[in-house]
Amino acid sequence: MAAANGSGKGFEVPKVEVKFTKLFINGNFVDAVSGKTFGTRDPRTGDVIANIAEGDKADIDLAVKAAREAFDNGPWPRMTGYERGRILHKFADLIDQHIEELAILDTVDAGKLFAIGKARDIPGAAHLLRYYAGAADKIHGETLKMAQRMHGYTLKEPVGVVGLIVPWNYPTTMFFFKVGPALAAGCAVVVKPAEQTPLSALFYAHLAKEAGVPDGVLNVVPGLGPTAGAAVASHMDVDKLSFTGSTEVGRLVMKAAAESNLKPVSLELGGKSPIVVFDDADLDMAVNLVNFATYTNKGEICVAGTRIYVQEGIYDAFVKKAAELAKKSVVGDPFNPRVTQGPQVDKDQYEKVLKYIDIGMREGATLVTGGKACGDKGYYIEPTIFTDVKDDMSIAQDEIFGPVMALMKFKTVEEVIQKANNTRYGLAAGIVTKNIDIANTVSRSIRAGAIWINCYFAFDPDAPFGGYKMSGFGKDMGMDGLEKYLQTKTVVTPLYNTPWL
Amino acid sequence: MYWLRLRLHYWTSLLPGALLHRFSTAPAPAAATSAATTDEPIQPAVEIKHTQLLINGNFVDAASLKTFPTVDPRTGEVIARVAEGDVEDIDRAVSAARRAFDHGPWPRMTAYERCRVLLRFADLIEEHAGEIAALETWDNGKTLAQSVGAEVPMVARCMRYYAGWADKIHGLVVPADGAHHVQVLHEPVGVAGQIIPWNFPLLMFAWKVGPALACGNTVVLKTAEQTPLSALYVASLLHEAGLPEGVLNVVSGFGPTAGAALCSHMGVDKLAFTGSTGTGQIVLELAARSNLKPVTLELGGKSPFIVMDDADVDQAVELAHHAVFFNQGQCCCAGSRTFVHERVYDEFVEKSKARATKRVVGDPFRDGVEQGPQIDEEQFKKILRYVQSGVDSGATLVAGGDRAGNRGFYIQPTVFADAKDEMKIAREEIFGPVQTILKFSGMEEVIRWANATHYGLAAGVFTSSLDAANTLSRALRVGTVWVNCYDVFDAGIPFGGYKMSGVGREKGIYALRNYLQTKAVVTPIRDAAWL
Repeated sequence: MAAANGSGKGFEVPKVEVKFTKLFINGNFVDAVSGKTFGTRDPRTGDVIANIAEGDKADIDLAVKAAREAFDNGPWPRMTGYERGRILHKFADLIDQHIEELAILDTVDAGKLFAIGKARDIPGAAHLLRYYAGAADKIHGETLKMAQRMHGYTLKEPVGVVGLIVPWNYPTTMFFFKVGPALAAGCAVVVKPAEQTPLSALFYAHLAKEAGVPDGVLNVVPGLGPTAGAAVASHMDVDKLSFTGSTEVGRLVMKAAAESNLKPVSLELGGKSPIVVFDDADLDMAVNLVNFATYTNKGEICVAGTRIYVQEGIYDAFVKKAAELAKKSVVGDPFNPRVTQGPQVDKDQYEKVLKYIDIGMREGATLVTGGKACGDKGYYIEPTIFTDVKDDMSIAQDEIFGPVMALMKFKTVEEVIQKANNTRYGLAAGIVTKNIDIANTVSRSIRAGAIWINCYFAFDPDAPFGGYKMSGFGKDMGMDGLEKYLQTKTVVTPLYNTPWL
Repeated sequence: MYWLRLRLHYWTSLLPGALLHRFSTAPAPAAATSAATTDEPIQPAVEIKHTQLLINGNFVDAASLKTFPTVDPRTGEVIARVAEGDVEDIDRAVSAARRAFDHGPWPRMTAYERCRVLLRFADLIEEHAGEIAALETWDNGKTLAQSVGAEVPMVARCMRYYAGWADKIHGLVVPADGAHHVQVLHEPVGVAGQIIPWNFPLLMFAWKVGPALACGNTVVLKTAEQTPLSALYVASLLHEAGLPEGVLNVVSGFGPTAGAALCSHMGVDKLAFTGSTGTGQIVLELAARSNLKPVTLELGGKSPFIVMDDADVDQAVELAHHAVFFNQGQCCCAGSRTFVHERVYDEFVEKSKARATKRVVGDPFRDGVEQGPQIDEEQFKKILRYVQSGVDSGATLVAGGDRAGNRGFYIQPTVFADAKDEMKIAREEIFGPVQTILKFSGMEEVIRWANATHYGLAAGVFTSSLDAANTLSRALRVGTVWVNCYDVFDAGIPFGGYKMSGVGREKGIYALRNYLQTKAVVTPIRDAAWL
């Protein structure tokens, strides 16, 4: 693979300007109560980009108090859905006006490809906000057909103060997966962004204020999971919690919720998603799709297609082409438009991925390409492919969250369904076939929240997303995504002298 | 201002302060009623940019080159001459719409892209609010305060509402009894023919065009010959917002020619009409005789407004007054049968008389005016004939009863008391500023009378009793019941009639059905893990 690491060779790294480094509470940027800060690092170099106010329990308390006040007494839940929608539309327009600046922040903070950030992540956030802006006035209750002489109806009311804990792999997208529907529903929120990537979240807080989101409705508290995150999860005044992150932390979040006020929780967790390539597939298309599914965002994506099952008739040809294609990847500075893969987000992740590669080799899988770190600084790893992978190997069971593909051979539909489901995860799956019956059968048989047939990462604001099994519960996006931010209230009163029921 | 705090109805809450003041109980200048109609008309601050037909993205003359005058109802004078569409123009417009639907980008772009066009359109409407409102008032005679404060914002609201639906049109995946995978696709119905009336030209444009475009259809719109101007103007803004050519065609013209051609056109897939019940019958018949195109109709009404004995009489009088006199009484859902419980009847009549008498009639461009002229001479004469019939049939004329001023189509706010159910003024749609008050003594009686009509568009119920409100809400055979409010027309609320007031519903999620086909896609599912 071509190493394009470093900078200044045929491309320009745009000026990185960090405007917001403090906590955003009740409409103001403030220091942490403790006065502490932490460094957010550039994964291209490992250097500190900026020191960020480090939120802790005391700050979460302040943020929740502000959100509580905004919800209990402020205008936001008392506006019409249309009025909230207008403000969210304005928010979306402001994002569109700052695409470049926001994309720079996500690239420097998370090592994400700058070109993709400008073309997809940031405009996609505006799109998602517009979707929920349009949904804000379409939250319908229902009138009921009661079995008694009663008039009954349901009201869908905002659930209240919502804690939102978002991960570092898609700092912008994940922020709006949660903030979009929560705000549309009329909730007040406390967002804890990941400590690796606080920069864009703070910028969004600023834009929200400019758009007219009232003070206290959106609070952003950067900090660490065990302190700030835990404080949100166990807060007695948080009415609902939505978390995206690892399955291990998801378990802690749910425990904290259970042990505090039994707040309902939705979790979008890890995955080990299979892609099943059948003999009838267009080979080149399949190879491209699988490459895309595994290596997008350096494999740091919960729905990454990391278990690749290829039918025996095309297996050998597939392996050869997949290796050739992986070798064409250009790993390097994510600001470089030629680069297809940036650095892993931080040292921990980088070391974890390399450790799994080592485990894969020790467990007896065959390393076909990649397998090593690259570049002389930062957290770059070569796109890696293993073959001869067995179902019970760690690299076929655990979420690696890096550019590592595990290739496996299968014979029959029944066999591959069984293998695909042989996991504690159930987030997504890919199917590559031209056959309608295979597509339908496998779609229904795989226990996963998203099935992409002859495509992958087909996310859309209207398409609900979330996991089966230990990949979590509750959906983000779509009208389903609103549900978790709503309470259902049933109102009943007797009817007298009604001519019909 | 207790009245305002209650926000009893939506229209007043949208109107600017000056006018709102008039709706409150503050006394109005006694001489205002007729004086304003004799002043020199105020020159509207708007230039008329578009008078031609809009076909395939271009403003063009009628094939016949004919034009017709559109008239200022304040004076009866011609505002502008407008291209007069006829059969050949409808053919051209339908061909353009057909091409745009069958081959053009509109139904093939993503819903989000359509959504963005409609959102930009809403923004443009707000940017040009002043001109649009002036045009509407000039052509229609409704007050400028109403055009600015209510109708233009409601048009923008309606467009944004349907923009938000565009990417949320869901079919169901159906659990069939058998090993089948069943999906329902909702597809645009195709070319929609839409005929709108003159009483709310802009709002009716929005109610029709909004859902049709959001669903991906193309449209041929025929406006009322009395009010062709505002639709042409906003249609040009819609193109500025990025609407592809041929997607919306606007043909000005008359019902028996252009309207009939649209109704009976074999290339039109769906028809939506708002207007009189008589014309609605013709529309339905033409659709049946041609290609059986599905039709939605929003027709006339004789809506009851029921005041129970527990009502606060002052509030009831104000709301009942508004329900019938709003928009010069030219509302299909006007609360034109005011049923008042005998225990509060006398006080109610007295206060209604006082309220009507102080209603400010005059140039709709003038600040503080509540009521402008009727739309045209024909309506003006028809209303005066009904007033005469009320007198002749023995109802008590307690206010008004004549024209106001000496030119244009102004009519005095008129109130009849002691009306009987069988009188013409209690049975037929007058479509003017005429309130007909009837006395009732009990719930069962008022339900019977309220329902004793061919119409079933709307009803008002005024009571503080929860049980009375629930009983009446369910018992009345009408499409909308407004309890302690009236004329609440948000885009999310479905609107339409029972009985001869129409077929189908506009607005809300319900209007999407009018513009969508339903396709079931079924295929066997083999070896499914579960069904």
